[in-house]
Amino acid sequence: MQQINLLLTSLPDGILLGFVYGLAAMGLTLIWGVMNVINLSHGPIIALGMFGTFFIFIRMGINPYIGLLFIAILGLIMGVFIYFVAVHRVINAPHLSSLLATFSVNMIIIGLGTAALTTSPYNVDFNVGSFRLGSTTILGTRLVAAVIAILFTGGLYIFLYRTRPGKFIRAVTNNRAAAELMGIPSTRILALSFGLGTMLAAVSGALIATFFPFNILSGGGYELKSFVIGVLGGLGNPIGALVGGLILGVLEGIIPAFMETSWVPVIEFGLFVVILLVRPQGIFGAKK
Amino acid sequence: MKNLRIHLGLLAPLLVVTAMILWPIITGNVSSREIVFTILKAIALASSLNILLGYTGYVSFGHIVFYGFGGYVGLYFVNEQGWSIWLGMLVGGIAAGMLAFLLGKAILRLRGAYFALATIGINEAMKAFINNFELFGGPIGMTINFSVYRDYGGAAQALSMSFYIMAVLTFTALIASHLVRLSKFGLGLQAIRENEDAAEVMGVVAPNAKTWAYVLSAIIPGMVGVLFFFKNGNVEPHVAFPLHSSIELLVMVMLGGQGTVLGPVLGALAYQGMRGYLVTSNFFKDIQLSVSGVLLLLIVLFIPAGAIGWLRHRVPVLRRVLA
Repeated sequence: MQQINLLLTSLPDGILLGFVYGLAAMGLTLIWGVMNVINLSHGPIIALGMFGTFFIFIRMGINPYIGLLFIAILGLIMGVFIYFVAVHRVINAPHLSSLLATFSVNMIIIGLGTAALTTSPYNVDFNVGSFRLGSTTILGTRLVAAVIAILFTGGLYIFLYRTRPGKFIRAVTNNRAAAELMGIPSTRILALSFGLGTMLAAVSGALIATFFPFNILSGGGYELKSFVIGVLGGLGNPIGALVGGLILGVLEGIIPAFMETSWVPVIEFGLFVVILLVRPQGIFGAKK
Repeated sequence: MKNLRIHLGLLAPLLVVTAMILWPIITGNVSSREIVFTILKAIALASSLNILLGYTGYVSFGHIVFYGFGGYVGLYFVNEQGWSIWLGMLVGGIAAGMLAFLLGKAILRLRGAYFALATIGINEAMKAFINNFELFGGPIGMTINFSVYRDYGGAAQALSMSFYIMAVLTFTALIASHLVRLSKFGLGLQAIRENEDAAEVMGVVAPNAKTWAYVLSAIIPGMVGVLFFFKNGNVEPHVAFPLHSSIELLVMVMLGGQGTVLGPVLGALAYQGMRGYLVTSNFFKDIQLSVSGVLLLLIVLFIPAGAIGWLRHRVPVLRRVLA
């Protein structure tokens, strides 16, 4: 009975968090899908998104949800910049090159961030109230974050399926050579995709910052979660990422009711390796 | 004479490492001994990784898992069961090798980035598991009982002994790397690196070859782990399984030149030397990670074959000496 109570209190939180995790993973999986690059600079970008919320809200006093727009635009620009500096030259090289290139971006951001912002924890004291649902209390910030994550997913879908650049992205994902033959400017599309992936990471970081304390190194944990989610939902499949995020959120809600919280990562990463082995295309990946 | 010539490639790595080992012995300086110990550790780990990364072409992002796991197992027997460091290292090496064998059977089926991701997952899963494993001290880890050092003539004596064991391990790693490179087995691995399907057609039993390469590249890191934690006096989960160390090893191998014997030696030396300089310099110490990042990016973008690979390409005469 006690366990069920615990479950009822932790499950809704887990689900809401799951949407935000899913948003972060969507950035990773979009980049993987389009250009077969695992973006190891994902974590620091999430952390930069967190600091974006901190500076916009604490220093400039602007509502963090409005600030999200700035963060999204900055994330997009930064992603395009990273693409041209670090990724473009190694896009056709073996995987080791692109992994190390994005990791070097990771090192550069973490190094500069540590020097400028230290590694002591920051906290954004932001509150939009809370309400009770049965026996549990749901924090307003988490609910809003989940809603925004869903809105961004919807936006991404409309962009990918209804607009011209979005269709170009899907064409390049399917077959880059054929897309180029059809006159699609593939370099620009790759840069745009990398920018979009980075933007999603920054936005998810900005949302996480509204309810969790953070420092410049916090992104690493969410990057690893994004890997797990990406593989759960199938790398390269944005909707799968949202579902994978939900699964992870639910797991994080359920597991503490039965065993100690410290077992959560054991199960998460164990599941990650098993899925990679059994169904590398992800739970929802149909073809390949 | 002809037989000796094929071993010429081993000469330069051995000379470099011997010179490094002699430096603290001749000067008798304890702090330079510690510096050389760190470099030797990096060389041993990077050369082991090179068997998998350089020869076989599989990118392991979690190679440090063998160092951590072997170290934990060995230290447990040394500290809790009262075994000697020799037996402890043996057990640590065997444990790491067995882990690699079991993992290899499973994850070496994955190719490219999927394999890299799986190795990250395994490292994190192992770290989280050890964190919960009470026998190994859980999140607190294990601290060596000072009486353990008494068998070796006190802590100071044990420290200097560790240095010589480390030197032997480094030589072992280099010779193993060289022998693998020359052997038929190594040729099979290099064929897998170039084109796995073609290698299988030509009769390389790829799953077995890959698994044994993985096992070989895991044993020395396991032994180094035992030795390092023994010397350090304690072990904790986040010290034993640092993901960034795995990546530093990749950087060392890349820097020097993957798939060569000398490459990882020079890469480890250069990387550790540069890091030591950056951390202590007033100007760079706060942003040393960024400077390393910029250097790594430049290498990846412009000299992906590493220093030795680049030299071999540019100066064909050197191909006989640099291997």
